[in-house]
Amino acid sequence: MAVVTLTIDGVAIAAEANASILQAARSAGIAIPTLCHLEGVSDVGGCRLCVVEVAGINKLLPACVTQVAEGMAVQTNTPTLQSYRRTLVELLFAEGNHVCSVCVANNHCELQDMATTVGMDHSHFAYQFPKRDVDVSHEKFGLDRNRCIYCTRCIRVCDEIEGARVWDIAFRGERVKLIAGLDQSWGDVEACTSCGKCVDACPTGALFKKGSTVAEMTRDRDRLQFLQSAREEHQWTR
Amino acid sequence: MDGHELLDLAEQCAQAKKPIRVHCCTSTGCQAARSLEVKKALEKRVQDCQLADRVEVVGVGCMGFCGQGPMVELDSTDPQVTTTHYEKVTPEQAPSIIDTIQGGQTDALQGNSQHPFFAKQLLIVRNHSGKVDPERIEESIALGAYQALHHALFELTPEAVVQEISKSGLRGRGGAGYPTGLKWATVAKMPPGQKYVICNGDEGDPGAFMDRSVLESDPHRILEGMAIAGYAVGADQGFIYVRAEYPLAIHRLQKAIQQAKQKGFLGSQIFGSGFDFKVDIRVGAGAFVCGEETALIASVEGKRGTPRPRPPYPAISGLWQAPTLINNVETFANIAPIIRKGADWFAGIGTETSKGTKIFSLTGKVCNTGLIEVPMGISLRTIVEEMGGGVSEGQVKAVQTGGPSGGCIPSSYLDTPVDYESLAALGSMMGSGGMVVMDDKTSMVEVARFYMEFCRSESCGRCVPCRTGTVQLHDLLTKLVEGRGTAFDLAQMESLCQVVRHTSLCGLGMSAPNPIVSTLRYFPEEYQALLQPDRWRIPATVP
Amino acid sequence: MDTLTNPAPGAVVETEGADRPKKLRFATVWLGGCSGCHMSFLDLDEWLFELAKYAEVVFSPVGSDAKIFPDQVDICLAEGAVANEENLEFIQKVRSRSKLLISFGDCAVNGNVTAMRNPSATVEEILDRCYLELADLSPQYPREPGIVPPLIKQALPVHQVVPVDVFLPGCPPSAAQIQSALESLFTGEAQTAKLKFG
Repeated sequence: MAVVTLTIDGVAIAAEANASILQAARSAGIAIPTLCHLEGVSDVGGCRLCVVEVAGINKLLPACVTQVAEGMAVQTNTPTLQSYRRTLVELLFAEGNHVCSVCVANNHCELQDMATTVGMDHSHFAYQFPKRDVDVSHEKFGLDRNRCIYCTRCIRVCDEIEGARVWDIAFRGERVKLIAGLDQSWGDVEACTSCGKCVDACPTGALFKKGSTVAEMTRDRDRLQFLQSAREEHQWTR
Repeated sequence: MDGHELLDLAEQCAQAKKPIRVHCCTSTGCQAARSLEVKKALEKRVQDCQLADRVEVVGVGCMGFCGQGPMVELDSTDPQVTTTHYEKVTPEQAPSIIDTIQGGQTDALQGNSQHPFFAKQLLIVRNHSGKVDPERIEESIALGAYQALHHALFELTPEAVVQEISKSGLRGRGGAGYPTGLKWATVAKMPPGQKYVICNGDEGDPGAFMDRSVLESDPHRILEGMAIAGYAVGADQGFIYVRAEYPLAIHRLQKAIQQAKQKGFLGSQIFGSGFDFKVDIRVGAGAFVCGEETALIASVEGKRGTPRPRPPYPAISGLWQAPTLINNVETFANIAPIIRKGADWFAGIGTETSKGTKIFSLTGKVCNTGLIEVPMGISLRTIVEEMGGGVSEGQVKAVQTGGPSGGCIPSSYLDTPVDYESLAALGSMMGSGGMVVMDDKTSMVEVARFYMEFCRSESCGRCVPCRTGTVQLHDLLTKLVEGRGTAFDLAQMESLCQVVRHTSLCGLGMSAPNPIVSTLRYFPEEYQALLQPDRWRIPATVP
Repeated sequence: MDTLTNPAPGAVVETEGADRPKKLRFATVWLGGCSGCHMSFLDLDEWLFELAKYAEVVFSPVGSDAKIFPDQVDICLAEGAVANEENLEFIQKVRSRSKLLISFGDCAVNGNVTAMRNPSATVEEILDRCYLELADLSPQYPREPGIVPPLIKQALPVHQVVPVDVFLPGCPPSAAQIQSALESLFTGEAQTAKLKFG
C-alpha cells in the first residue's frame, strides 16, 4: 500500500494513499465534525460539516470523500470553517422540529452533541416548523420524520449492509422525505427484514425502537462496523 | 456509403429542392402562435394555384425572431422572386404570401433582414436552423451534414480530431466554459474500454431556450457532433438527455436518429469504417438539477437525479463508472463546422480566450425577443440596444445572464464584451445563454427573490446548505420585499450567502446566492430603500 | 453577524465608589413555558445567597412580589416562548427596560414544547382540539376578554420577537448551567458549564 505524507492543521501525517482526509485526520487524533458520515458505509458528502480548506484549492472540500495527496496542506478548523459549521447546524435546527426535551434520543443524539461541539446556543434562522408525520406502523420500530436530517445513513446501511434497500429519499429540496418502500407505511414494506440496522445508524431520534421513551433510545454503532469488518476482513467475533 | 456517395447524395438532395421554398417555422414558439395553421394555409394555396412544380412549403426550425412569430420566409433561387421574410403571419394572411410569387400583394408584415437583429448575427451553430426541415434528413444532407463525420473517420486519427478541437479554442457552452479539447483529451487518454458520450440537453434556466431551438431545428448537427466525439474519445454509445418539457425536440431527435441509422450514419460500421456509434435518448423527469453533470449521469443510470461530489470527474469515472464525455447541446453543435472548416477558421472568431459564437435567448423587457447567435466579444450594448432594440419604455436597467447561477449586470457596464472572463469579472457568468433584459421599473430585489424561489424549489435536497439555505434566503428576501426586513436581516442574508456559496455540494447551491450577491453589489440602494427602522437595534441602545 | 450576542464579558458590572460594587437590578420573567426553568433557578439553593451579593431581585415570579416590571433592569432572564398577545406585549416592555436579556431555557431559545403546536395546526384547530374535542365537561372556548390573552399564530422563540443578548438553552438549564452563565456575567470570566439543548 502506497503511503503519502501531508499536513493537517500543521501536523505532518503519513496516510495510506487511498485514505480520505477524514480518515487521515482521525487516525492522527484530529477531530473533524461529521453527521452524514458513518463508518462501514459509503460517503455522500451531504452534511458539509466536514468541509476543510486545502492549500492551493479555491473551494472547500468535504473531508469524507476527498482523497489525501502527497504534500497536501489541510486546515480543518479555521475561524471561517467554524462559523460555517455553526451556521450549517443552525440551519438544520431551524429546518426540522428538533424538540430535544421530548425526544427519544435526548442525550444520545449526534445533532444535539454537534450543537455543543460547534458552540451553537441558538439558531439565527427562522424556525420553519414543518408539518411532518410519524410512522409507527412497523412492529418493532418507529420513524419520527420531525427529527430527520436526511443524512441518508439509514438508506445506506439498509442498502449496503443489509441489502434490503427499504429506505429512500423522495421529492426534493425542502420537501424531501424519507420513505419506506414506495412511500408506503413502514409496516407494509415486505422487503424490511426488521434487522434494526437503520435504527442503529440514525444520528437523531428519527428512527427508534418502539417503547423507548424520552432519552431512552441508545444506538449500537459498533454493530454496524462489526458487520462491515466481519464481511471484509472475516473477523467474526467482537 | 463512401465519401463520393455521400457527396452524390448531397447533390441529389440539393437538386430535389424546388426553386422557391416557403419556409414556415414549426418550432415550439411559433407553433404556439398558430404556425401550423399558417403552414396548412400556405400549402393549400400552393395546391390551389397549381404552383407545386416550383414552389414547396417546408416546415423548418427556428428562424430566431421568436417574439415576431410565426415567421415565414420566401427563399427563392428564382430571379423573378426575391427572398423575403414575413413576421407575425396569420393563417388568414398566409395565402397572399403565396400570391406574391405571381406578382400579387400581401398584407403580411414584411420583415427587414438588414435589421441589426439579423445583420449583427454570425451563424455557425444555427446556420441551418430555419433552412432545413428537421424531420427530413435529406434536407440536412443537402447542406453537407455528416460530411465532417466522414472526413474525421477517414482522414483524421482520433488524436487529430481531439487536437483540432483543442486548437479551435472551443469552450463548453453549458456555462462554465471548460476547454472542450481538454475534456475530450482526458476521456480519450483513459484506457480503452467502455466509454460514453453524453449530450446535456437538460436546459432549464428561466428564459433560456437555445438548446431547445437547436435540437428542434437541426438535430442532425448534434448527432454528427456526438458521433465525431465518440470517434475521438473511443466511445461507441451516446446518450442525449433531454428534458421531458421539450416534447417536440424529443420527437424530432427520435426521427433524426432513426433516419441517420437508416442512412448508416449511426449504428454499426459507420460509412463502412470500423467505427460503431449508437445514440439513445433519455428523457428527464422535471428536475433542474439534472443539468448538473453528475446528477444527469445518475438520472441516465436510472437513479435519483442528485449530484455527487467531484472528483472523480465524469471524464475519469462517469456513467456506470466508465469514462464519460459530457458536453452541452451547443458545444456538440460546434463540432461539425470546426472539423469541416478547420480549427484555425474557428479560432479566428471571437476574443483571445473565448472563441467562436454564442447563442443567447434574448428575453425580458427588450423590444426584439428571440434567439441570436453572435461572435464572442460583441458588447452587451450591441446585443441589447442595437439587436434587441432596447426596452419599449424607460431605460435599460440591467441585463441578467447565466440564469439562476448568474448575475445582473447594470446598464453602466453595457460596453463589456461578451466573453467568459469579462462576465465572470462582473459577478455574472456566460451561463448557457439566457439573457433577460430589465427596464427601470424592475425591482432588483424582486428579481433576486424570483431566482431564489427557483433555486429553493429546484434544490435536490442532498446537501444541507442548499436545501435549507435557499429556503432561509428566500424567506429573508420575501421579508425585505414585503417591507418587514431590517438592516439586521440584510446582514444575515449577506452572511448566509457566503455559507451557501462556499459549502454547497454542487454548482446549483454554490451559485444560488449569485443573483443576491450581484444585485446587492450593483443595486444596494434598492435593498436599503426597503429596510424598516429597527426598533431595537439602534446602535446607541445596543447593550 | 449578530453584534448583539455575547457582549464583552463583565460588561454589565458597574462599580460605585472605590471598591463597593453596585448591586445589579436583576429580574426573571415567565412567558409561555412550564416554569421548569424557574424551578431549576430555585435549585441554585445556597448560591442564591451569592446571587444576592451581586444582584437585587427587582421582578420575578419566584423571587419578588413586584407586579409591574420596573425600569432600568440590568439583567433579565426570560423563560418560555412568546405564545400569546400578553407575552408579546410583555416581552417588548421587558426588552425596552432591560440592559441585558437572557433567553432562559429551550422554550425561550427555540420554542421547544410550547412551539410544538406550530407545525400541526392553526390556533383555531388547537383550541378545538383542547377545549372542545378533549373536554370532559361543558366543552367551550376559554373566552374572557382582558383576562385570557388570545394565542398568537405561532409560538416563537424570544429572539424572533426582540433582540436577545445571551442564550441559555436546556430543558431546563441545570442549576450549574444557570450559575455558570450568571457568574460569567458578574465576574467577566468564561463560562464553565457546557451548553446543551434538552
